[in-house]
Amino acid sequence: MASKPRTLYEKIWDAHVVERSDDGTCLLYIDRHLVHEVTSPQAFEALRVSGRAVRRPDLTLAVPDHNLPTTARLDAAGNRLPIADPQSAAQLAALETNAPAFGIDYIDAVAPEQGIVHVVGPEQGFSLPGTTIVCGDSHTAAHGGIGALAFGIGTSEVEHVLATQTLLLRQSKTMEIRVEGELGPGVTPKDLILHIIGVIGTAGGTGHVIEYRGDVFERMSVEGRLTVCNMSIEGGARAGLIAPDDKVFAYLAGRKYAPQGADWDRAVEWWRSLATDAGAQFDKTVVIDAADIEPTVSWGTSPEDVVPIGGAVPAPESFSDPSKQQAARKSLDYMGLEPGVPLEEVAIENVFIGSCTNSRIEDLRAAAEVLKGRRKAPGVRWAIAVPGSGLVKRQAEEEGLDRIFTEAGFEWREPGCSACLAMNPDKVPPGERCASTSNRNFVGRQGPGARTHLMSPAMAAAAAVTGRLTDVRKLVGS
Amino acid sequence: MDKVSTIAGRAIPLGLKNVDTDVIIPAHWLKTVSREGLGKGAFETIRQAPGNPFDVEDFAGAPILIAGDNFGCGSSREHAAWAMLDLGIRAVIAPSFSDIYSGNAFKNGILTVVLPPEQVDRLLEVAKDHPITVDLETQTVTTPFQDRFEFEVDPFRKHCLLEGLDEIGLTLESVGAIENHERKRAADLPWLDAPQRRDAA
Ligand code: SF4
Repeated sequence: MASKPRTLYEKIWDAHVVERSDDGTCLLYIDRHLVHEVTSPQAFEALRVSGRAVRRPDLTLAVPDHNLPTTARLDAAGNRLPIADPQSAAQLAALETNAPAFGIDYIDAVAPEQGIVHVVGPEQGFSLPGTTIVCGDSHTAAHGGIGALAFGIGTSEVEHVLATQTLLLRQSKTMEIRVEGELGPGVTPKDLILHIIGVIGTAGGTGHVIEYRGDVFERMSVEGRLTVCNMSIEGGARAGLIAPDDKVFAYLAGRKYAPQGADWDRAVEWWRSLATDAGAQFDKTVVIDAADIEPTVSWGTSPEDVVPIGGAVPAPESFSDPSKQQAARKSLDYMGLEPGVPLEEVAIENVFIGSCTNSRIEDLRAAAEVLKGRRKAPGVRWAIAVPGSGLVKRQAEEEGLDRIFTEAGFEWREPGCSACLAMNPDKVPPGERCASTSNRNFVGRQGPGARTHLMSPAMAAAAAVTGRLTDVRKLVGS
Repeated sequence: MDKVSTIAGRAIPLGLKNVDTDVIIPAHWLKTVSREGLGKGAFETIRQAPGNPFDVEDFAGAPILIAGDNFGCGSSREHAAWAMLDLGIRAVIAPSFSDIYSGNAFKNGILTVVLPPEQVDRLLEVAKDHPITVDLETQTVTTPFQDRFEFEVDPFRKHCLLEGLDEIGLTLESVGAIENHERKRAADLPWLDAPQRRDAA
């Protein structure tokens, strides 16, 4: 049957439609469901109340991350240390009980594979190209980096997936973000996605699924692609994805949940067929020249508030939209910044290297390269490096990266969401500034009154060394 | 989900615009394992002010809330709907709602009624001293004074609310189609089932 050319997203969508109703709503099959402690307890409770089972426990994987403290989890004798906050402890205990009770694989808080759910999925080969992946967390978009259709859902939807392995959805529009050319020295996937959000705005992708295309993404590592797709949600899109290729296949081969042998060969053959057809139409296209992108940092309280590191804090009047002017004024007030101040003069007291955006091995290597043989500046009160998973942590330790971090004055932590959101003990104090590799600079995101500047791991390391926002290219020979 | 048809009683005349999900339930209430009990945190900041409508004795247990434009904007936290349900609210009347909030409300059996601002203003006035009635079947809001305001509701949502169907119950009516899909998937893409779970190399 000759069919019209389709995009990657449309091919994955079509392959998962169970039923389509007249008004266009589809019942979509879900291949992989990741579960963490914060958005799942009420869903499990509701299943119990209604006497329903988990339809496909084999397609579900649970791991704690959001609430878990990142300090030592075992004492010297190897016993589990208690969690001080009783509410966090109760949420974690609920997951630990619910997962086995419903027959779901559970990665324990002290297991070597434990980590942030969006780092663990691809790393375990649980997230696969061409699959539909959901999780009760908006940064599920990350898994698009391996060529999956992945998006965050609310708790009722978590329950819906647990009970039926499907979701009721309407198909999104398609948006192409094409980036061609070469990223300059010191310009990383994080700088690229911050720049993209600056261009399209936080509502730019609303109602769309983004496909990132162009030679920049073809050359990009799988880890870099996960970073880019992770922040699709900050651009308003529920999902973002990149066509799976040999890099992705090499990344996944041999991972714990990945297919093997003849299955692997069949899988790869199917994955290759998913790339957007020549002539397929996107509803919207944005073209960006890679050469325009510089190391980028955020100045305000929305992820679209970004400027190149060589720039200055913008004046609210520089925005044409009056509501944006007003928002900028509020942001600057919250951030304690004056218009016109060069970003490189902004002093920081905290550095956070971690989160599902930037906590994979490549991120830690990039930060360590800057920190090697250096120390954090005296004004930097708190600097932590939080690997995205136990496996990342182990590999970093094998490479000696942990020593570079600790010698530079960083704390080397256990895996978890940490200071990405103020839900566990890692918080930025009120009024203090943090150079952060996470994904949201919202008011209070890293703690009440905390001031967040988003940037790449290398840039966060550079800020640690100088005690202010810094162009990393000045520290490493380029 | 309980069946929803007629919701009658006192209505809290809140009237505020842009009530966001942080106002409905502040973030520190999210560390809970239950949907219940969140009523204690509902509208916490508003309720700290003396003389706020929630603490007027006449409105104790009122099943209806009347608010201004853009009710429920902000985060996707379903806790906002749970907190209101726990407070006893079964219907919210406002000139407009955030999409995410109204979706979450619907999933929890809370009816969101959109009426033009003049009608909402009239109801805010009546609600101070008198009960009002929201009828889903006839899609009307009525007062003891012959006010009769019609509202729109998505037919699918109306059906679910009237029959007390939850989306899961409805989806499970399609279990045959789900099983078919699973069979086809197992034949075409067998590696997607029962991942091997072998030890990492
Ligand atoms: S690291 Fe941050 S963004 Fe990622 S899952 Fe955790 S809390 Fe969410």
